[in-house]
Amino acid sequence: MTDWRPSAPRNALVRRARLLAGIRAFFAARAVLEIDVPVLGRAGVTDVHIDNLVVAGAPPGYLQSSPEYFLKRLLAVHPEPVYYLGKAFRAGERGRLHNPEFTLLEWYRPDWDDRQLMDEVEALLRNLGAAGRAPCPRLDYGTCFRDALGLDPHTAADNELREQAAAAADQPAVRWRDEPRAICLDLLFSLKVEPRLPAGVVFVSDYPACQAALARVVHTPDGVPVARRFEVFLNRAELANGYWELTDADEQRRRFAADGALRAALGKPVRPADERLLAALAAGLPDCAGVALGVDRLLMQLLGAGHIRDVLAFAEG
Amino acid sequence: MAVYSTSEFRSGLKVMLDGDPCSILENEFVKPGKGQAFNRVRMRNLKTGRVWERTFKSGDSLEGADVVDVTMQYLYNDGEHWHFMTPETFEQCQADAMIVGDAARWLREQDNCVVTLYNGAPLAVTPPNHVELEIAETDPGMRGDTATGGTKPAKLVTGAVVKVPLFLNVGDVVRVDTRTGEYLSRARE
Repeated sequence: MTDWRPSAPRNALVRRARLLAGIRAFFAARAVLEIDVPVLGRAGVTDVHIDNLVVAGAPPGYLQSSPEYFLKRLLAVHPEPVYYLGKAFRAGERGRLHNPEFTLLEWYRPDWDDRQLMDEVEALLRNLGAAGRAPCPRLDYGTCFRDALGLDPHTAADNELREQAAAAADQPAVRWRDEPRAICLDLLFSLKVEPRLPAGVVFVSDYPACQAALARVVHTPDGVPVARRFEVFLNRAELANGYWELTDADEQRRRFAADGALRAALGKPVRPADERLLAALAAGLPDCAGVALGVDRLLMQLLGAGHIRDVLAFAEG
Repeated sequence: MAVYSTSEFRSGLKVMLDGDPCSILENEFVKPGKGQAFNRVRMRNLKTGRVWERTFKSGDSLEGADVVDVTMQYLYNDGEHWHFMTPETFEQCQADAMIVGDAARWLREQDNCVVTLYNGAPLAVTPPNHVELEIAETDPGMRGDTATGGTKPAKLVTGAVVKVPLFLNVGDVVRVDTRTGEYLSRARE
């Protein structure tokens, strides 16, 4: 047996320790409180494309795919800036940029919107040495998409997106005949838009409404619904995902139900909605913005590592 | 035949795609944080040699291809076909120039090579990575010139032409990398 050794070289472990200390110092200086929420919860997520690792038992436990629901339940009682820095888990995600167990930084700012939070993400990345002095580009999802594909992601017909997606995947069009709009957008953005983004730290905001997830949807002056969601890319790799958070419990319940319906249609197990989160939203989540950032990927970029295992003490799980 | 899901796609796995057997070269997992996961797969069509890049939704599957690599001995060429034999079973098969392709330049009778069989019939022939072959034709060697690094073309007994150092002569045996066609060293006889 030879794979008992650590995956990362020692210099990566030293850099990781410095990075974690740097993140904590940044938030301590800004009076953002670290909250050590559980990784094992009684509910999982309904997200169509995120699968919880389930811990057998009666009732089963769910290793959390992010600290989001716990932090929002906390915010409904203590509306103050909070962050979590620790492990998160996603079943089946394994690749150059993915490991089923990974380190996530997630934070919430009551009374802020997504624009203000983007400024703070930029300040953090500059503080940690991942962004230079020049302001980081702020791009609009629709503009990036139109520049790369000549299609408007907000208004193009489903069939136009399916045709382009099938062509990008080099698959027969018939196999994409029934694909949901959001999946076509996922494919086209990953394969055609991301490779054209500028190097360095780049913000992309105002996602199509069908990709809102937990962000609120607003209408542009032209009447087009867009999600107040942003993503951060570092050298074209997805680094962080943020929202001006949805606080409407009824709308949240509808989205959870829609997730469940789509999971069922795709033949995936349907997970019950987290009733405690919905109860917290009903009790009153303050207006807030939140963002989650992949710490392992940030470390990869700081070290120039080609694979996530090169920055993990042990790439197991 | 077994069916393989994207998470089982590993380099070297043989699968059927569009009716042709393919060998997987690379499988990259791509997933937007909140979105659908995909696998970008590079594979070689074993019939045409062309490399395809296809993107699958994670969880999609392909049927396995009945493709096996067998070490066989090259026996002889009858002018049209190359004949091979499995030493243990004495089973023989033949392949034409389309299938043998570039490997013909490196095959010497009695040498072993890998024959790729698809549904039992030869699909491709791969010579060993390194072969030792005798020089059949080359300009006379320059005695003592082992340091200048100059080269000259030499035709080997199998017909392949490789660049060799100036001091080598007809009858010398050289070691060659068949993947690059490059001279590696003089072989001990």
